[in-house]
Amino acid sequence: VLNRRCVEAAVMTGLALNCSINRKSLFDRKHYFYADLPAGYQITQQRVPIAVNGSLSYSLCIDNKRSQMVTKTVRIKQIQLEQDSGKSLHDDARSQTLVDLNRAGVGLMEVVMEPDMCCGEEAAAAVRELQLILQTLGSSQAIMAEGQLRVDANVSVHHPGEPHGVRTEVKNINSIRFLAKAVDYEIQRQIEELENGGTILNETRAFDSKLGCTVPMRDKEGKQDYRFMPEPNLPPLILYNAKSLPANVNHQQVVNIDWIHERLPDLPSVKRAKLVELYGILPEHSFTLVNEDGLTEFFEDVVKQTQMKPKKVIGWILNDLLSYLKQHSLTVKESPVSSFLLADLLNLLEKKEISASAAKQVFEELWKGEGKTPLEIVKEKQLELIQDQEELEQICQAVIDEREKEVIMVVLG
Amino acid sequence: KWRISFQISAALRDGQVTPIELCQRCLSLIKSTKFLNAYITVAEETALKQAEESEKRYQRGKPLGILDGIPIAVKDNFNTAGIETTCASNMLKGYISPYNATVVQKLLDQGAVLLGKTNLDEFAMGSGSTDGIFGPVKNPWSYSRQYKEKTVPKSESEHEESKWVITGGSSGGSAAAVSSFTCFAALGSDTGGSTRNPAAHCGLVGLKPTYGLISRHGLIPLVNSMDVPGILTRCVDDAAVVLGALAGHDPKDSTTIQDDFQPFQLPSLTDVSKLSIGIPKEYHVPGLSGEILAVWSKAADLFKNAGAKVIEVNLPHTRYSIVCYHVLCTAEVASNMARFDGLEYGHRSDMNKSTESMYAATRREGFNDVVRGRILSGNYFLLKQNYENYFVKAQKVRRLIANDFVKVFGSGIDILLTPTTLSDAVPYIEFIKEDNRTRSAQDDILTQAANMAGLPAINVPTALSERGLPVGLQFIGRSFQEKQLLTVAKWFEKQVKFPMIQLEEVNGHDHGVFQHQKSASIS
Repeated sequence: VLNRRCVEAAVMTGLALNCSINRKSLFDRKHYFYADLPAGYQITQQRVPIAVNGSLSYSLCIDNKRSQMVTKTVRIKQIQLEQDSGKSLHDDARSQTLVDLNRAGVGLMEVVMEPDMCCGEEAAAAVRELQLILQTLGSSQAIMAEGQLRVDANVSVHHPGEPHGVRTEVKNINSIRFLAKAVDYEIQRQIEELENGGTILNETRAFDSKLGCTVPMRDKEGKQDYRFMPEPNLPPLILYNAKSLPANVNHQQVVNIDWIHERLPDLPSVKRAKLVELYGILPEHSFTLVNEDGLTEFFEDVVKQTQMKPKKVIGWILNDLLSYLKQHSLTVKESPVSSFLLADLLNLLEKKEISASAAKQVFEELWKGEGKTPLEIVKEKQLELIQDQEELEQICQAVIDEREKEVIMVVLG
Repeated sequence: KWRISFQISAALRDGQVTPIELCQRCLSLIKSTKFLNAYITVAEETALKQAEESEKRYQRGKPLGILDGIPIAVKDNFNTAGIETTCASNMLKGYISPYNATVVQKLLDQGAVLLGKTNLDEFAMGSGSTDGIFGPVKNPWSYSRQYKEKTVPKSESEHEESKWVITGGSSGGSAAAVSSFTCFAALGSDTGGSTRNPAAHCGLVGLKPTYGLISRHGLIPLVNSMDVPGILTRCVDDAAVVLGALAGHDPKDSTTIQDDFQPFQLPSLTDVSKLSIGIPKEYHVPGLSGEILAVWSKAADLFKNAGAKVIEVNLPHTRYSIVCYHVLCTAEVASNMARFDGLEYGHRSDMNKSTESMYAATRREGFNDVVRGRILSGNYFLLKQNYENYFVKAQKVRRLIANDFVKVFGSGIDILLTPTTLSDAVPYIEFIKEDNRTRSAQDDILTQAANMAGLPAINVPTALSERGLPVGLQFIGRSFQEKQLLTVAKWFEKQVKFPMIQLEEVNGHDHGVFQHQKSASIS
């Protein structure tokens, strides 16, 4: 039985990736024998997938300083719905395989990209953007480490002007960082192989994260005939739009593309643009905000609660808060400094009750998470900026009086 | 004899008989007809418990419906929770399913008493009910007075041993169970005729509903695009009752239609002058026995004389049907059998050198030749290089076959009348002279087109052959027009007055209560 939520997720993702949604798509059986495939076939969409011909835009930093970003596009060939298999754990020591069937049959969405990317960095950036989109849509949490987003990289090399070379498929990539590494390694390997007069086999390779290289996968056989056959238990999937929706229909039974379209949340690129426009921050800043889970909300909360201009707030968010979080490997949600506390602190700074350097000291104290307010910390450490002109003159005079020698040296130059 | 559900239902309500008595009677009859080999598993304990529950409901005056307390049997390719489901195969010997097939659950929810699981050809592949691991099913009519009178045995023992006839298949166990009065109705399955064929050979009503009307969830699949649960009863009214309990959308089966189904009571037709009966000339196949041809002819005349329009029609693609059926059937079988790998359930070979070798050994040990043959053929047709030429072509021809029917029904024909089988039931020793593939090709020929087109069809027992064995005729109706189909079938049933089987074993169990119901009929 087809899972409605999967269909909706696929339609949302297809729309977000500018795809054409096929109003009629079909399901097929892909047959092969494997311990983690209990039915002996996988249900997939080989003939007519649910969405085709889309595009994904992503940005790269030209240099490492994040000061210049360039936008690139990768074409999306198709999105198809299919079933997950179980998981096999090979226990070579005891010559046995343990099969976990808990996830067998769960719905998967496969997004197939065209070979428009040229290096690990591009692949990583594209996948990162896809991850953000999926998370924004709610289609998937897309956490690679937990297998919610699985990435297989198809890599080939060719001389400019010549057709694409033989490709290899690289699997077992568990993070975006590893994706970039695996792709770059494989490109190098293929170039070296070809320059040494060898050939590239159309094979599947696994990425070994410890060694940082790709190795041929041991149990993938040669070309298999999957004996594709239409899935007889699932009728063709018909999706409707406002025009084609039949009159007396049970809304539980149909998926309306237009209805979903109207309810699409702001995609990351739109969110970023809005942040730049609303707050006057730089595009690079908006990237970091959207890239970090919860950071945008945190930033906006602070902005709401302080008189400090967003352009200045962003510095505190990106330079102070974020670096502390990264140092301690914490997520925004785990931050010991809440937006309320930070806003409080920034207000003190804005009202010139403390200096910038004092504020940084207060921030460090806040980080300890002892429950003290900025004002309490300021009083405790006597960090108040003295506003009274006379008092200031008195202090300066006292210092000058104490340090006669130095004063003379300063006056003499 | 207690032929009719309505009557027995009334008897239960009036307290003339109790569900437990009824259940015990049936269980006892099962024991005394054990030689028929109709049942693989008899669920005595659970059946009696169900009967007990039913009895309590009747005592409170709150039966669940007409089927409350009625003993039924289920073909052993339907999943039954807690009761072994084997499909007559080594592959599933000892397999206890954790869930009930939807149709089984529906019957139980109506208070029916599940007596046991009936015998079949292994994985429902066959037309004789002879190729399962538990051995062949014997047609109760082999032991009927009608048959014995017509055959001259060389000696008493010779008759018993060598002259017993097959039930037909693959739902032979269910047919034998109903035919020998051990239950009131039984579930079969029908992929190419597997319910109608044994119905014809055992003198029963065998209904193949429209594809999509009854849920297949829990029916171990043979050909997903053609399988339907089948209903075997002793009269058309009973079939309508069971249909009413089973039909309707099942969210667990995406191939069931969404529309609401209204159970119906069959009207008693008296005037057939508005009826248009089609006689497809292509069903006059070579190999059709003269006897059956004569019965078919007589039936056509019956309708004509009663005022109906009887018209010869064409279904031009009929002769391609059986071949296409084989291509599509084996392809889906190959796919559906892929799940039997010994890992999760069922038989697992001791071979453990590697996963592949374990799979190979398990499947060789678990499946019989018939199943393996079909898997090999099916995989051949699904190979990339063959797919277009076999599978796709067969699907295209299937569309043409379905369109033949659409055209005919669109031209004003209400019901088609055809033979169900080529002859009456053959003796077992004759039947096994040919292999399963050959037999299936012959025996399915008149029934499989209805499966290809998804249409409802019903076998109505019509007359006895010269050998004293049942001959049935098939009515094919429009999609989802079961009411019209059954109404016409019921009229026909009333006209032909097919005789009741006279079985010694059963007569021996005759007790007072049922005597007077022997030849009663409801209308």
